[in-house]
Amino acid sequence: MGETADQFFVILQHRIVDHAPANLRSFFSSLLSVIAILVVFALLFAITTVLERKGLGRIQNRYGPNRVGPFGILQPIADGIKSLTKEDIVPQAADKVVHFLAPVMLVLAAFSLYAVLPFGRNMVLANLDAGVLFFFAVSSVMELTIFMAGWSSRNKYSLLGAMRAIAQMISYEVPLILASITVIMAAGSLSTVAIVEKQAGYTGIFPHWFVFTPWGFAGFVLFMIAATAESNRSPFDLPEGESEIIAGYYTEYSGFKFALFFLGEYLGMFAISGLGITLFWGGWSAPFSFLTWVPSYFWFFAKLLTMIAIFIWVRGTLPRLRMDQLMNFAWKFMLPMALLNLVTAGVWRFLPQGVLRWLVCGLLVVVPYVLLGRGLAQGWKLEKRVYRFAE
Amino acid sequence: MLGDGIAKGFVETARNFFGSYLSKNRLTTVQYPEERLPQIEATRDFPFLVYDGDDWQAGMRCVGCQICEKECPPKCIYIEKSKDKKPDAVGKLQFYPAVFNIDISVCMSCQICVEVCPFEAIKMDTEFELSTDDRFGGLLWDKARLSKPNAYYGKIHPTDAAASDALLAEEKAKVEAKAKAATETVQNHG
Repeated sequence: MGETADQFFVILQHRIVDHAPANLRSFFSSLLSVIAILVVFALLFAITTVLERKGLGRIQNRYGPNRVGPFGILQPIADGIKSLTKEDIVPQAADKVVHFLAPVMLVLAAFSLYAVLPFGRNMVLANLDAGVLFFFAVSSVMELTIFMAGWSSRNKYSLLGAMRAIAQMISYEVPLILASITVIMAAGSLSTVAIVEKQAGYTGIFPHWFVFTPWGFAGFVLFMIAATAESNRSPFDLPEGESEIIAGYYTEYSGFKFALFFLGEYLGMFAISGLGITLFWGGWSAPFSFLTWVPSYFWFFAKLLTMIAIFIWVRGTLPRLRMDQLMNFAWKFMLPMALLNLVTAGVWRFLPQGVLRWLVCGLLVVVPYVLLGRGLAQGWKLEKRVYRFAE
Repeated sequence: MLGDGIAKGFVETARNFFGSYLSKNRLTTVQYPEERLPQIEATRDFPFLVYDGDDWQAGMRCVGCQICEKECPPKCIYIEKSKDKKPDAVGKLQFYPAVFNIDISVCMSCQICVEVCPFEAIKMDTEFELSTDDRFGGLLWDKARLSKPNAYYGKIHPTDAAASDALLAEEKAKVEAKAKAATETVQNHG
């Protein structure tokens, strides 16, 4: 029974594909997976937009949207109709081809990311040997599309946004990948499926998730910070900081192209959360050994929704960074921590299991954190600001 | 230590999030069409014409003197004086406005028309739900649309209305006394 529920979608796919001619079966099999991903994540996007607005509202002691449908749950439909009926404006001086291609490519790249994420046992579109590498390669296409959008708009705000985006994304890609490399070292594989299977075992009732090790925890925190920056979310939303540069790189986009940017951004966020789950939180595996009867895809989506909730919480809490703070944080804190974390992961691998391993690796994480934090704080001078010209 | 302030911030937002479900006092939003805040007495938006009695045409206080039309800063009032006369609120024979239009899309609610009116004939209304899809017909209000009884004025602005009524009563008494004196003189001379 549990087995059938777990493999329900896999079996369903096989049943449907069996009706196709033999030489087209693999094609139809992929097609079905692609359709499933498109539908599920587009719906998740719709749900997330309304949940995010409601969550942010509650954080600010407001109700949030509650007019369209019961409790405002039909708000995404209203938003969709609105963006579809708006005029599609292309600036006269814009590079029209690139201006059109940018949002399309962004969504395309964002959806391609899902090809390597295992959503459940045997539920992965493409089990690539270099899955993690593929993920990072495609996610850098997203940076390119953001620059395309900013450059082709011929607008100073768009260009400023694009420059900020490039500077930010390149800076944070380094700690993002370095934080992921620890997992690749521990799992000995670049395949996302192999990484999840490596974490699917249990000691007693507790799982072997990498996040429950000192280097895994540090790596996960670094990964999440870098992932927030990669997906342009608050507090790293400088590229689109609306109080500074209107809407950044998508200033000149309206109507459905604007909605596509929105979609692409959220899809990127879900995908990188999915990768974080796959790398550190054991992907589709259950949190306790006695819960393995629950279908694997349930756990994946439960973890994904938790990650989304954390992203919303972060957005509701932290103010936007300044550009120099952003850069300092990336190069002076994130990068040294990520590099040290590689050493910690290596030490963990070669020390024998036991208390000593925990102690050594724990110190290797905590001591640099405290010291780096102090070192960074030394430069901060909190004093009354003196205005030279304003008074 | 690095991150202390961030942790505090997270606790604070979490407290807000859960607190807003537990305590209604946290949510200060008034859900407008269903819930409303009581209006303060000095609320004002657009002018209306006051009439006495039941018949808005007979009881119209406005005498068509056109002071408000001339004083109106955005020039949103249009008045045409009548040819004949009718008795006003005090009892004198006066002209009345044959046409009295206010374009409330132009009106800026400054209340100058109210200040300058010598006849207590134009006052500020409190009704604000006036949206319409007809910019010209729906927002250019004529005499019939503008006229409202004195009782309504008493309801929306009780203090001001009492003062206005007292003033009118005083003037009326003066006029009556004058008329009485005049008739008495006539009688004495007669």
